[in-house]
Amino acid sequence: MPKKVLVADDEPSIVTALEFMLRQSGYEVMVAHDGAQALQVLASFAPDLVLLDLMMPLVSGYEVCQRMRERPEWRHIKIVMLSARGRDVEVSKGVSLGADLYVTKPFSNAELVAKIGALLKDA
Amino acid sequence: MTRKAKFVVWVLALYSVLLAVAAALGGLLVAGQSPADGEVLYRVLAERAPALAFAAAILLLLCLAVVRWLFGEYVTALHALAEQTGVVLGANEALRVSTQGAPEVAEAAAAINRLADAHRSLRRELDQRVQESGARLEVERNRLAALMSELAEGVLVCNAEGRILLYNERARSLFEAGGASASAAPVGLGRSVFALIDRDQIAHALEKLERHLRPGDATPVTRFVTATAAARLLKVRAAPFVDSSGVVAGVVLTLEDVTGLLGQEASRRSLLQALAAGVRAPVANIRAAAENLAAFPDMEPERRHQFVDIVAAESQVLSHKLNDALREYADALKASLALEDMRAVDLLSGARQRIEATLGVKVELDSVDDGLWIRADSFAFVQVLTFLAGRLREDYGVQHLRLSACRDGQLAALDMGWSGAIVASDALSLWELEPMQVGAEASPLTLRDVLERHGGEVWCQSSGPGGARRALFRFAMPSVAPTPAPARAPAAPRESRPEYYDFDLFRGNDLTRALQERNLAELSYTVFDTETTGLEPSAGDEIISIGGVRIVNGRLLKNEVFEQLIDPQRPLNRESMRVHGIDASALQGQPAIARVLPVFHHFCEDTVLVAHNAAFDMRFLELKEASAGVKFAQPVLDTLLLSAAVHPAHDDHRLESIAARLGVRIVGRHTALGDALLTGEIFLKLIPLLAGCGIVTLGQALEASRQTYYARLQY
Repeated sequence: MPKKVLVADDEPSIVTALEFMLRQSGYEVMVAHDGAQALQVLASFAPDLVLLDLMMPLVSGYEVCQRMRERPEWRHIKIVMLSARGRDVEVSKGVSLGADLYVTKPFSNAELVAKIGALLKDA
Repeated sequence: MTRKAKFVVWVLALYSVLLAVAAALGGLLVAGQSPADGEVLYRVLAERAPALAFAAAILLLLCLAVVRWLFGEYVTALHALAEQTGVVLGANEALRVSTQGAPEVAEAAAAINRLADAHRSLRRELDQRVQESGARLEVERNRLAALMSELAEGVLVCNAEGRILLYNERARSLFEAGGASASAAPVGLGRSVFALIDRDQIAHALEKLERHLRPGDATPVTRFVTATAAARLLKVRAAPFVDSSGVVAGVVLTLEDVTGLLGQEASRRSLLQALAAGVRAPVANIRAAAENLAAFPDMEPERRHQFVDIVAAESQVLSHKLNDALREYADALKASLALEDMRAVDLLSGARQRIEATLGVKVELDSVDDGLWIRADSFAFVQVLTFLAGRLREDYGVQHLRLSACRDGQLAALDMGWSGAIVASDALSLWELEPMQVGAEASPLTLRDVLERHGGEVWCQSSGPGGARRALFRFAMPSVAPTPAPARAPAAPRESRPEYYDFDLFRGNDLTRALQERNLAELSYTVFDTETTGLEPSAGDEIISIGGVRIVNGRLLKNEVFEQLIDPQRPLNRESMRVHGIDASALQGQPAIARVLPVFHHFCEDTVLVAHNAAFDMRFLELKEASAGVKFAQPVLDTLLLSAAVHPAHDDHRLESIAARLGVRIVGRHTALGDALLTGEIFLKLIPLLAGCGIVTLGQALEASRQTYYARLQY
């Protein structure tokens, strides 16, 4: 059974690319275009991992992350934060709020897939 | 006793002694003789009486001769010696005393002469030394003045009373009012630094310094940031200097304008952050799409198309972001161009070197007025000249340029000329709008940006006779006055002014009832103090400085102060200079009292006047009212009398004693403004104390003053 990944980002360009790449790597993929939608999808889709953009409309990535860590049934889901901000303090904030990985844009597709693979193998 | 009397006394004394001896001898002869023999003796004496009288006369003459000789040899000679010595000492050190008289006197005279010689050579040596060290001091002083005028920071040196002893031009310009705000007090020798920098901040700094000033420690320094009346933000560094006994004698304040710096730094940082954040997302999108394209070459064409579109669209977003950031950077740069006063000749020789080095165009520098100063960012301006030289070389083949500068009325005209045709306005206006590029070096700024920042203009015109074959670019910009060197003023030791009473102070029966009944706490006041040439206005003493500060709504408005030095139009005397520390040179060129008083009158309009020992100051003001054409009719309160009303048991009501009693820190005494500020703080502390004694309204305060006045008169 393929592992399930939720891609939450409001930018269609990156979503298209990530979705394509993850499908090619053998994952089952769902997409959310803002934070609120991400929280809805989480309940029905029950992913193993979420790729979470921080700067989303309605509900921010930080907020989604925090709520996921508050709910016992979502606590085991891996979270990879994607961000256009890369200062130390921001990385530290993301990890403190419960992210398993903090990736600064731009990133390499191959590396990201490899990291996702490693995170899901541990689980 | 005159010399003549002394002479007579000496003669008589000697004569009497001799006569007494003769009489005693006669007595001895007669004693023990039989009466018959005595009778014989008397008879013999009576017979010889003429001979005896003659002998007595001879004896008198002899006495006269002896005393006269003694007088000549000793008394007169010594007297002459003393007189001549006095002359040598006081008037003519080249004179030598005469060596007449007895040998002993002559010896003393010779000794005195040797002493005079030694004294004279010592004096000469001393004079020479004084002159040498004076000259050395002058050189040092000039060096210091030059050094200070070169500093990019402002420097203010003031004594422990807050009087400015030394400042540089930069410090003056930092405190200059920015156009409209006329309330900014100017920097000047002998003025109070508290008009410029908040008194509490300096007091606090001084306290900190005193705490850290322990023997053996390195000189302590304290820093604070303050705002000027012209809304500039200054970083102030205060370092104390001590006198020979180790007491803080004053403080050196180094001032740096950080208004622009803080803003610049912040805007540059936020610009960089915004750029990084803005670029990351589009780059991520492009990269993800591109990597997919590369990793999966055999994806279906529709998909491939989608990714190629993403790359195209995101690349465009990226370009826009970069352009926006660059434009913002150019704006920030434009605002941050650091304009500094400089000589036009320096700017042009800098430009010559740069143009020759980067473009290989030959540049000649001619006819530059040495005293022509402009305010410019030299780097940006040299870039402008180099850019234009580059365009001239490329588009017009100009290989030889001529730089010059001259004064054109209020403006400075900087010319860059060449042989050949002029550049059309259209072409020049295109050049003005493109980012300046010289060789490999590019600036985000345009020629227009730099011109606007300098408040200048540029145009191209033909020059020389006929005008066809020679052309020049003319840069017109405001010229500035050359930077003058700073000057100095002496220090001022302390002394208190005696109390001074004037019954007239308590006039004011014409006060309206309404004003009388106003609450002291809600009135507006002008607290003021004067410095004068002396204590007797009726004997011609004059005001040389007035300082005032307002109290509104129970707050001392330290930023709204009045401070003015005044030319007394009479010489200053030494005692008063010791009190106020203002010397004549500081008063030169200051306005006369008749011009200052109307301004001060305006400053304290509609307020109650407050002063310490107010009668003294009011007396001086009143004597000048007629000539200045104003009248100070407002009520006057005296902190001395009010303090006496509150604390009748104390009999010391000097300003510093009241301050100590009420816990007001004493800083900056004996400048008019410093004393006015101190008096103001004391007055504010007195208001609640007066209320405690049932003195609440202005009328009650005036009545209490009147009673205190009479009470004090009885002592």
